[in-house]
Amino acid sequence: MEIGLAHYLSVSAILLTLGIFGIFLNRKNVIVILMSVELMLLAVNINLVAFSSFLHDMVGQVFALFVLTVAAGEAAIGLAILVVYFRNRGTIAVEDIHHMKG
Amino acid sequence: MIISTLAFYLFATLTVASAFMVISSKNPVHSVLFLILAFFNSAALFVLLGAEFLAMILIVVYVGAVAVLFLFVVMMLDINFSELRQGFLQYLPIGALIGIILMIELLLVVGGWQLSPEALQLSSAPTVAMTEMNNTEQLGSLIYTQYVYLFQIAGMILLVAMIGAIVLTHRQRSGVKKQVIAEQVYRRPEDSMVVRKVEPGQGV
Repeated sequence: MEIGLAHYLSVSAILLTLGIFGIFLNRKNVIVILMSVELMLLAVNINLVAFSSFLHDMVGQVFALFVLTVAAGEAAIGLAILVVYFRNRGTIAVEDIHHMKG
Repeated sequence: MIISTLAFYLFATLTVASAFMVISSKNPVHSVLFLILAFFNSAALFVLLGAEFLAMILIVVYVGAVAVLFLFVVMMLDINFSELRQGFLQYLPIGALIGIILMIELLLVVGGWQLSPEALQLSSAPTVAMTEMNNTEQLGSLIYTQYVYLFQIAGMILLVAMIGAIVLTHRQRSGVKKQVIAEQVYRRPEDSMVVRKVEPGQGV
């Protein structure tokens, strides 16, 4: 059977759903939530590259490169915030992070 | 053809399975290692799609930087992870319900959808044959010409992320001895030396 665009889109849909499911499942652990966000961005990248390949258009790969950049920046800042939070509070439980609540 | 089909199914299955293990494994260190496996397999999918440069960038950036950063943070923070897993089963039914509904919707969209015949003519930067110009050259000839401003902005985003991470995590600790070269240079003999006359047989 020929592998078409729909196969790649299905993989990316499943990955995106797993990412969202991971956020629901690990509601207390920020690190796993960040990893789930990475999975969702990876799904987006697979989508962009699949369209780029099957429509013979390079722009999809250019945008996948930019998504990659933003994902790297997001991971660095998120983990830095996590480290600072842990240093100040001694815990990273999501439910304790409500100081900004009025 | 059969080999590429088999390769697609192998890499796709491994990607999805390791993504599932990322969100369900008990130990976050195992989660990070499965995340690395998922990245490697999706890099292989990129190679199957003909995007070699992005596949290598995925391995270098995600596995080499992001995943190692995750691993570093997971191991550095001394956290009781079993405590954080409480309520795991509590959110399982609602999460599974929403996930399954979303997945069915997405798969219905993917399954019942077709490319219009004109779509292929609309591409703004058509790919050329691999014999003429390889993937990296094509990507480079786009990002350094048509998308150069976006490329610069991407660089600025990385710079801001780097500065932000340093500013957030850097701290001034008291009680740490550091070399201050200016103080060493400005030190005079009369500040630090005393000449005493010692009588014989008495000591200082």
